[in-house]
Amino acid sequence: MMISSLFAVRKKLDSKHRIYVSILSFIVPLVIWSLISYVPFLWHPKVEISAPGDVAYFNEGMLIDREIFDKEVEIARSESRIIPEGRPANPVYLPAPHEVATALYTAFTTEPKRRNEKWLHESLWDSIQVIFWGFFISSLIGVPLGILAGTYDVFSKLFEPFIEFFRYLPAPAFGALAVAILGIHEAPKIAIIFIGTFFQQVLIVSNTTRKLDPSLLEAAMTLGAKRLSLLFRVVIPGIITHLYKDLRILLGWAWTYLIVAELIGTSSGITWFITQQARYKNFENVYAAIIIIGIIGLSTDIVLAMLGKKLFPWKKGMAKA
Amino acid sequence: MKHLELPSYLEQSEDVKDRFDRMKKRPVALQVKNLQKEFDSPQGQVTALNDINFETYKREFVCVIGPSGCGKSTLIRILAGLETPTSGEVLLDGKAVHGPGPDRGMVFQGYTLFPWLSVKKNVMFGLEMSGHGKAVSEEQALQWIDLVGLSKFANAYPHQLSGGMKQRVAIARALANQPRILLMDEPFGALDAQTRAKMQSYLHEIWKNIDVTILFITHDLDEAVYLADRVLVLKAHPGEVQELIEVPVPQPRSPEQLLSPEFLATKKRLEDLIHPPEVDTGLNGDHLNMVRMVDVNDEVESVF
Repeated sequence: MMISSLFAVRKKLDSKHRIYVSILSFIVPLVIWSLISYVPFLWHPKVEISAPGDVAYFNEGMLIDREIFDKEVEIARSESRIIPEGRPANPVYLPAPHEVATALYTAFTTEPKRRNEKWLHESLWDSIQVIFWGFFISSLIGVPLGILAGTYDVFSKLFEPFIEFFRYLPAPAFGALAVAILGIHEAPKIAIIFIGTFFQQVLIVSNTTRKLDPSLLEAAMTLGAKRLSLLFRVVIPGIITHLYKDLRILLGWAWTYLIVAELIGTSSGITWFITQQARYKNFENVYAAIIIIGIIGLSTDIVLAMLGKKLFPWKKGMAKA
Repeated sequence: MKHLELPSYLEQSEDVKDRFDRMKKRPVALQVKNLQKEFDSPQGQVTALNDINFETYKREFVCVIGPSGCGKSTLIRILAGLETPTSGEVLLDGKAVHGPGPDRGMVFQGYTLFPWLSVKKNVMFGLEMSGHGKAVSEEQALQWIDLVGLSKFANAYPHQLSGGMKQRVAIARALANQPRILLMDEPFGALDAQTRAKMQSYLHEIWKNIDVTILFITHDLDEAVYLADRVLVLKAHPGEVQELIEVPVPQPRSPEQLLSPEFLATKKRLEDLIHPPEVDTGLNGDHLNMVRMVDVNDEVESVF
């Protein structure tokens, strides 16, 4: 394959190259991370002490700024004392890939420090439940409202101006209020996810509904379809595939509200795990937890995409949605 | 060049004349009375249709033709009930129509098949809307699909079909409701010439065998003359009836007639009505500002 064909404007790559390039999109950041972690002269602003020598405050395994270390070495040399030894290291907040890879496993097997604390999988399960309920309740109300607003102008004018205003209010701003009303446990967190999702959802769904080709509605009317059958037999099936895609994107947004939501009231779920591990300076666990969120998000999306193909067989082989 | 000597389009052979006489004794299917349509536009009020009057007889095939801007699409949309006239009336079998309904089937240029339904379910749609049960609808739908020759594709989705096949499904879907009149808005406009010719024959075949009046909009003169019993010619700005031409080409039609004298005479008449010889006032200068851009020493001196 010629290089130039890789850069053809708006042309699809052949399937083999698409896979290679997709894999590359993960490989590139990983390689950059590995280079910074494993190549001693790249960055490495710290020194990990391997032998303290005669410097009183050095301990083995300690991380010291390189300038301070160099200065101490200079002093030790000039006073002909035992020179401390060490090797270049990165700050504690940047663990190497293999450490995080190990942590992906060990984070699940590390026992909580206190008895009442939760294991990682329990924290994750809490988070997933918060997301689920927040998103579910939002969709339960938001999707019908959106479809109504997109179908009937009267509902559009009734709902949308207020929602346009409300969606600019940042969801986390309602944290204190949510706690005051709903207590400190799961409910206010679900409320934050709801607030973060719902208002966008109504607007996006109504917009999607409006994009339905009006000639389909006209065709249905000339075939005798009236009010409700227009809504249920034409509008909804007509937008369902786009609606499904909207919901997949919105679910991704719901995850971004999770971290804020979980800080409200009693910290819980994956956020609690992350802050706790950061406090103990177990940064590899922090990265592991963040990566797990990514994996959960991406795999849900992939599963939903595959499910979509099953649910909407007429999409198969259709040129463009 | 010598021009062909064509007869007048008003000359009808005995058979043709007899057929028109018999046709005019049939009951009136569609009656349009003093139809007026005005739009508000940024440039002020625009009259799209001005005092349109005509009637069609039962099982007649009428083509509507006219230059762009003559309001032929507006007319058919009003007949379908998708738009309301500013004034005037549309009567179907003597009854005024309001809003869209299954008694007037419509076939659009853009197919408008429901992409989420299979061919069969698309055709069943109207039947179910008018309260038929699933089993009855399915049985009837399959008959209509068979009629348009798509039995093999009953379970296919619209996106798997070619343009001509899609339009056949759309015709079957509209006919399944057994409408009194079938309104067709440039249905073959998006098809290539070959498919279009085939579809015209199919449509004539269907029309011959089914109790339905057809009102067919087109901008293709050949298509209008080939298909129609009578051609309604509109003129633009505002849209008004210019002439209702009785096509002197004998029925049943076949492609060989495309070069018959009656056919050409009718086509010539339409041509004159729709594209009248332009009087060059110098003001309506819709022409290319061409200067010679070929090198003086070019190998090809002139293309003529």
